[in-house]
Amino acid sequence: MIDNQGLISACSAIGAGLAVIAGIGPGIGQGIAAGYGASAVGRNPGAKGDIMSTMLLGQAVAETTGLYGLVVALLLMFVKPFKA
Amino acid sequence: MMSGVATGLPMIAHEAESPDFYVHMLCPLKFFGTTVYITTTHVCTLIVFVTILCIAIAGRRSVLKHKDSPTKFGAGVELAIDVLLKFVNGTMGKAAKHYINYVGALFAFVFFSNISGLFMLRPPTADYGTTLCIALISFVMIQYAAIRYQKLGYLKGMFEPIFFFFPINVVSELAVPVSLSLRLFGNVLAGTVMMALYYGMLPIFAKIGVPSALHVYFDLFSGAIQTYVFCMLTMTFVTDKRNVEA
Repeated sequence: MIDNQGLISACSAIGAGLAVIAGIGPGIGQGIAAGYGASAVGRNPGAKGDIMSTMLLGQAVAETTGLYGLVVALLLMFVKPFKA
Repeated sequence: MMSGVATGLPMIAHEAESPDFYVHMLCPLKFFGTTVYITTTHVCTLIVFVTILCIAIAGRRSVLKHKDSPTKFGAGVELAIDVLLKFVNGTMGKAAKHYINYVGALFAFVFFSNISGLFMLRPPTADYGTTLCIALISFVMIQYAAIRYQKLGYLKGMFEPIFFFFPINVVSELAVPVSLSLRLFGNVLAGTVMMALYYGMLPIFAKIGVPSALHVYFDLFSGAIQTYVFCMLTMTFVTDKRNVEA
């Protein structure tokens, strides 16, 4: 028989797993940015430094939403905000 | 436990056998009736400060003493200053000279904090208290630049394109420090958790050699990228607020 605390722990673990699905979006976004960065370097190899820094900045901003999901997952797993 | 979240996520260990990436509380202090703790974050921040101070004093001595024939260390310091000047000038243009000290200090602190995981410390930036503080400093600077250089136009800009967009514009201003701090915190914490899981969960033969590659990625690469992004975004926001002719 499962008790209340066990149910809450199980649901927290499932919720953490669902929260890190947020990583899909930033993955796609960073891939698109990297692809366009590569094609830009192919067209204009002289501007590699500028392209690189712009691309990294855009990727880091796109990564933020994924990190929100990660923080929520870590909260659910390790801080355990819900008590029976 | 919710109060623990509000005061900077001091994930306290629940079970002894769980991997060790928590902030540890070292020594309790009575402070106006409430108990606060000296944590590992404070100790590591202090170590980072002392390291930066030593490097800065040694660099100053080296540059001033060997003016004609710089040593290797002195040449390295001058190269770093050159790179910083180029970085700030390229992003901020005319305003660079007012902000270069702040950006340099921010860069040094965040970078040394991020790579302190290499030296067995718990990175201070993996505590939400630290990143929220430096993001709030940047936020105050951004708002000060906006109010000083746009004056009433800033207030007017809040009601654009139409007056009931005011709450949305306020939220978009307030989202800046939240996203700045959470980005840095999330990246560094993710690296710390990954390293702790790796060290805590695998048998001994897997801990020889392989972790060095992980350290290079999570501590050096990720730390350097996030430092660059934090400084770059601060400078971009400030320049954005200064340059609007409205």
